[in-house]
Amino acid sequence: MTRALIGLACVLALAATAASAATVPHGPVSINLPADGFAFKPGPGANAANSYCLSCHSAAYVTTQPKLTRAQWNAEVVKMRNVYGATFPDDQVTVLADYLTAQYGKP
Amino acid sequence: MQLARRHFLAAAGSAATLALLPRRGGAQTIHLPFENGERPVVAFPQKRPLLLLTPRPPQLETPFAVFDNGVVTANDAFFVRWHEAQIPEKVDATTHRIAVTGAVNRALSLSLDDLAGMETIEYLAVNQCSGNGRGLSSPRVAGGQWENGAMGNARWTGVRLRDVLDRAGLKPSAKQVQFNGLDGPVLPSTPPFRKSLDLAVAQADDVMIAYAMNDAPLPLLNGYPVRLIVPGWYSTYWVKMLAAVTVLDHVDDNFWMKSAYRIPDTPDNSVVPGATGFPTIPINRMRVRSFITNFADSATLQAGPQTVRGIAFDGGSGIARVELSSDGGTTWLDAALEQDYGNYSFRRWNATFDAKPGLRALAVRATANDGAIQTPKAGWNPSGYLRNVIETYAVTVQ
Repeated sequence: MTRALIGLACVLALAATAASAATVPHGPVSINLPADGFAFKPGPGANAANSYCLSCHSAAYVTTQPKLTRAQWNAEVVKMRNVYGATFPDDQVTVLADYLTAQYGKP
Repeated sequence: MQLARRHFLAAAGSAATLALLPRRGGAQTIHLPFENGERPVVAFPQKRPLLLLTPRPPQLETPFAVFDNGVVTANDAFFVRWHEAQIPEKVDATTHRIAVTGAVNRALSLSLDDLAGMETIEYLAVNQCSGNGRGLSSPRVAGGQWENGAMGNARWTGVRLRDVLDRAGLKPSAKQVQFNGLDGPVLPSTPPFRKSLDLAVAQADDVMIAYAMNDAPLPLLNGYPVRLIVPGWYSTYWVKMLAAVTVLDHVDDNFWMKSAYRIPDTPDNSVVPGATGFPTIPINRMRVRSFITNFADSATLQAGPQTVRGIAFDGGSGIARVELSSDGGTTWLDAALEQDYGNYSFRRWNATFDAKPGLRALAVRATANDGAIQTPKAGWNPSGYLRNVIETYAVTVQ
């Protein structure tokens, strides 16, 4: 048994007979989230990706996906507009799906 | 402890991702065992270095070796997952209020001190993302590409949701309870993240509004100052920075209930890849799972008696049995279950087997008290939820 586990066992043993050590927190907690740091690859359509995708999420939402087919990327783009409320015009669906397939997709 | 890693560590700059992150020079990258599995290891505020899935909104995976450290997962190692990027970077617990409204007799505005005046409950419980292990789906599916580190086990302290609902008084028309946090979407056209539970679930003995995690305030990225705890259920319901509890007189039809986080309403909640048109239901209780924690896939072990240890958990019935196989699942031996911290907690286990030289496939299989047992073949669903296949570890015994 590790030391940490023994320590936890002691905490739990105490808890059986005494009130929890935990109390409600007070006051502010403040953090600074780091800058994004990820970027889309250059290529035809990259401007559209930079304009319409990055307003809501990091490029890492794209770069960490498995290589998707054009049909799959197209479905993702349509979902972003119809379900998640992205505001790009109709003619950008093809531009974005082509870009994502060329840079992050498979045939 | 011998810890040969499935994830080999590489220097900064060797991964395409890191080439875009010059200010993170010197950071390590861990390669998860699937395509596009490179993850920079980055320390976010109040967190030790974790696997960075996405920075905005933040999604951080716990390095798997952490789960060998004990039954609880340290707050600074606990995974992080947000849905929408408007996340307050400053939250004041003193002025924070939880609004209880809707189909109630008395609308409430509860402060943290109000919670302090109510009966305290606490227990250990596993918090696991619905999509934990999604990156291992075969065929792959789109979504957050976690390996298995989108989970953790903590000791939660707080008050019963039911006591809060009782104080407000439910109207006879009450059907579901909806939860909303301080976070929100960037665009007004994006559906805000809200989750709901049926009244019977919301009124259970153990659903909690938690203000402490492992006897400390919650890290901001885990929901400071209060979050909902729905023990045994996937963490999509564990709403962070809880600010509103709304009693509904109807079944919630918001996007995050009606369209997202749904599983096939089929046997085993599984479908054939490519299937469409099947009925779905909201995801709910977690499946039984077990893992080895003291070494990873591709480890090298010495011949002779070897002690293997790990964790198991399920959706709240508790762990009845854990078995280890050293021949890929043909024969099994019973592992010893270690101290019981309650049915919602990780249950640690250990077993010793006689390691014979050569390539060996170790496998671990858990059975829950409700009779559910892990199976060798992974089910599949389009969202990559519910993963609980028997984990197998290829090891070399010298």
